[in-house]
Amino acid sequence: MSWNRKDLITIEELSSEEINTLFETADAFKKVLGRKTAKTPALRGKNVVNLFFENSTRTRVAFEMAAKRLSADVTSLDMKTSSTAKGETLRDTVENIRALAADIIIIRHSAPGSAGYIAKILDIPVLNAGDGAHEHPTQALLDCFTLREKWGDLKGRKIAILGDILYSRVARSNIWAMNKLGAEVTLVGPSTLVPREFERLGAKVSHDLKSALADKDAVMLLRIQHERQNASAFPSLNEYTSMFGLNADRFSWLKKDAIIMHPGPINRGVEIDSDLADSSQSVILEQVTNGLAVRMAALYLCNGGAAEAAIA
Amino acid sequence: MPRCTIIKNGRIVDPKNNRDEAADLYILDGKIASKPSNEILDTAEIIDAQGLVVSPGLVDLHVHFRVPGQKHKETIRTGTSAAAAGGFTSVVCMPNTSPAVDNAGTVQLIKDIVDKEGVVNVFPTGTITVGRQGEALAPTGSLSRMGIVAISDGGKCVQNAGLMRRALQYAHMFNVPVIDHCQDYSLSADGVMNEGFVSTKLGLRGIHKAAEDIIVARDITLSTHTGAHIHLQHISSKSAVDIIRRAKARGINVTAEVTPHHLALTDSEVESFNTNFKMNPPLREEEDRIALLEALEDGTIDCIATGHAPHTDYEKDVEFDYAPFGVIGLETALSISLAQLYHSKRLSLLGTLSLLTSRPAEILKLNKGTLSEGADADVTLFDPEETWTPQFKKFFSKSSNSPWIGRELKGKVKKTLVAGKLVFDGQKILAD
Repeated sequence: MSWNRKDLITIEELSSEEINTLFETADAFKKVLGRKTAKTPALRGKNVVNLFFENSTRTRVAFEMAAKRLSADVTSLDMKTSSTAKGETLRDTVENIRALAADIIIIRHSAPGSAGYIAKILDIPVLNAGDGAHEHPTQALLDCFTLREKWGDLKGRKIAILGDILYSRVARSNIWAMNKLGAEVTLVGPSTLVPREFERLGAKVSHDLKSALADKDAVMLLRIQHERQNASAFPSLNEYTSMFGLNADRFSWLKKDAIIMHPGPINRGVEIDSDLADSSQSVILEQVTNGLAVRMAALYLCNGGAAEAAIA
Repeated sequence: MPRCTIIKNGRIVDPKNNRDEAADLYILDGKIASKPSNEILDTAEIIDAQGLVVSPGLVDLHVHFRVPGQKHKETIRTGTSAAAAGGFTSVVCMPNTSPAVDNAGTVQLIKDIVDKEGVVNVFPTGTITVGRQGEALAPTGSLSRMGIVAISDGGKCVQNAGLMRRALQYAHMFNVPVIDHCQDYSLSADGVMNEGFVSTKLGLRGIHKAAEDIIVARDITLSTHTGAHIHLQHISSKSAVDIIRRAKARGINVTAEVTPHHLALTDSEVESFNTNFKMNPPLREEEDRIALLEALEDGTIDCIATGHAPHTDYEKDVEFDYAPFGVIGLETALSISLAQLYHSKRLSLLGTLSLLTSRPAEILKLNKGTLSEGADADVTLFDPEETWTPQFKKFFSKSSNSPWIGRELKGKVKKTLVAGKLVFDGQKILAD
C-alpha cells in the first residue's frame, strides 16, 4: 500500500501512486456503502472532530457521515461561534481539542496554509477540508474518482475548468490531481479571474470559451464567488453569464459525450443553465455520493490503515 | 591625561575617506585621533584587531523600536542592544509608536528613555501626519526643533497626493527630509505577499508591484516640483528601481534604501507559509532581487537599511493571513550584506561598507559613519569570514522573528564601540 501520511493537506505533495491507493481504498468503501449494513468498524473508538471555520454544507456533512460509516465518534464544531471568535489563536484552539482526546481533526479555514500549519503542531491526523483559496484535496480526489469511474482512467483526457479560478481551491487541487493522473487541464474564464500565472502550474489558460471547450472530454464549472469579489473582477453577473455561462448551445462545442461537473453549490442560471445541471451528462450528484467513499478512504488511510478485514 | 584606546593590527576600512589599509586606530576621549604622544600611548587601553576589519560603526536609517507603547515587542534597551550586537552604532527609529511621534512631548519621552537605556545612538523621526492618519499635517517645525532627523508615517503611506505635496513643501522649509513607505493601498489592499506565480499557487492574496511603483513615481514627481528631499524606504521592485534611476539622472532630490532580506530572498520562501517571511513590501521575484543588487552597484539605491520590525513569537505563530508584517534585521544585516555584495564579488569591502556607514549618514546629514579624525569614535570590528547560525530566542532583540533562524551566515561582529566606549564584546552588551 502506497500511503505513509499522517495528514492529507494538499494534492501537490501526493504522488500518483498515493492517489491511486486512495482510489482503490475508496472503491472498497463504495462497495461497503452499497451493502445493507453500510458500516465498518475501521475507526471504532476514535474521536473525529470537524472544525469548520467557514460555511459548508456538503463537505462538512460528507466528512461527518464518512466518519460515522467508519464507526468513529464525531464532533462537529461551528468555529464562527467558538472561542476563536473571542480571540483565541488557532494553535491554542487545536491544542485544546487535542487535549480533549481528539484522534483526527478535519479543518476548513479561510486562511491558506492553515491546515498544514496545524498538522505541524499536532501529532494526530489532520485532513484539509479547504484552506482558503489554496487546496481542497478531498474535492479533487472525489472529482477525479468520479471521472475514473466513467473513463477507467484519466490518461490523455482533456478537461476544461470554467469560472472563478483565482479564488478557487477546487481548481488548484484539481490541476494538481488531473495532471498527476495524466489529463490535460485548460482553465477558462475572464482574464481577471484566470491569470496567466496558472500556466506555470501545468494548466493551459484561455479566455476564449469556444476554442477552449472545442475538444474537451469534460467541463467543470466553478461557482462565481461574487461575495469574495469586493474589488469587482467583472462588471456584473449578467455580463459574466452572457460571456462565460454554460448553456445548451455552448455545451454543443464540447465533445459529444462530454461530462459536466460542478463541486457545488450551483448558482443556477449564472455559471450553468439549470437544465444542463440536471441533464444526463451531468455527474454533479454522483460527485457528492463519491465524496463519501473518498473521505472514508482518506480518514482510513491517514489513521494508519488497517487490515483489509476492516474494510470488508 | 586623555583617555586613550588603540585598536591595533586591524584592517581599517573607512569608505568616507576611501581608506582601506592595515593600520592602528587611535581614540582619544571618545574621538578618532591621530597618533598621540608616547606618554599618552603608555596609558592606552589596547584592543587587538588581528584578522578583523575595523569599520566605522554601522548606520541604520530604518528601525522600529516600539517605544512608547509596545514594550512586549522591543524596548530601547533591547533594540539598541540588538543594534550593537549587529555592529550598528547609530539608528534612526520610526515614529509609528503608540502614541505616534506627532508631538514634541513624545520626542522628548523617547530621548529621555534613550538617555537612560540606549546602548547606541538613536535618532528619532516624527510623523508626516497627525496620528499617521494621512489627514492633517503633523507639526514638523516643532518636531524639528526637538531634534527629529526626518518625518515619515512609519509603515504607512500618505495616500492623498495633495497632502503629500503640502508635506514636502512644508518640510522643505525646515530642511527636513521626508521618508516614505511607498504603497498605493487601492492596489495592495488585503494582500499578504507578492502578487505573482507563488501567490497564485498558494492562494494567498497578492500585493502587486504596481502599488510601489505608482507611489515612487508620485513622490518623485512631487519632489521634482517642490525641491524637497524624499527618501524612499525598502524598495523592492525592478520597475521602481528603473523609475528612481531615471529620476536620479535628472538630478531629482531623491534617495532610496533596500533591506538585506530583499537583497537575499524571494517570494519562493513563502511556500513554507513561514510567517518570518511575511513582510511589507513583500519579498519579490528573482528579477527584482537582481535589480536591487544592480541598483546598489550603480548607486541608484543609496544604502542598506534593515527595517528592523520586531514582533513577538506568539504574534507570528498564527495563520499566514493573520500574522503581522515585518522581520527583525539588526543582528543579521552585516552578514547578509557581506554575502550578497562582498563575498559574491559584486562590490569591494569599501563599497559594501559605504552602504552601511557613510551613505546612510549623508542621506539624513548625521555626523556619523566615518573614522575621520575628530569624528565620534563609533567603531565596529568584525570578522568577515567567521560563520554563525542565528537561533530562535538567542537574539539580543526581544523578538525572534528572523527569516535567518537556522541558516548559516558568514561575517560576525566581534566588538562595537560607541564614542570610544566598548558596548559589545562579541558575546555580551557592556553598556552599564
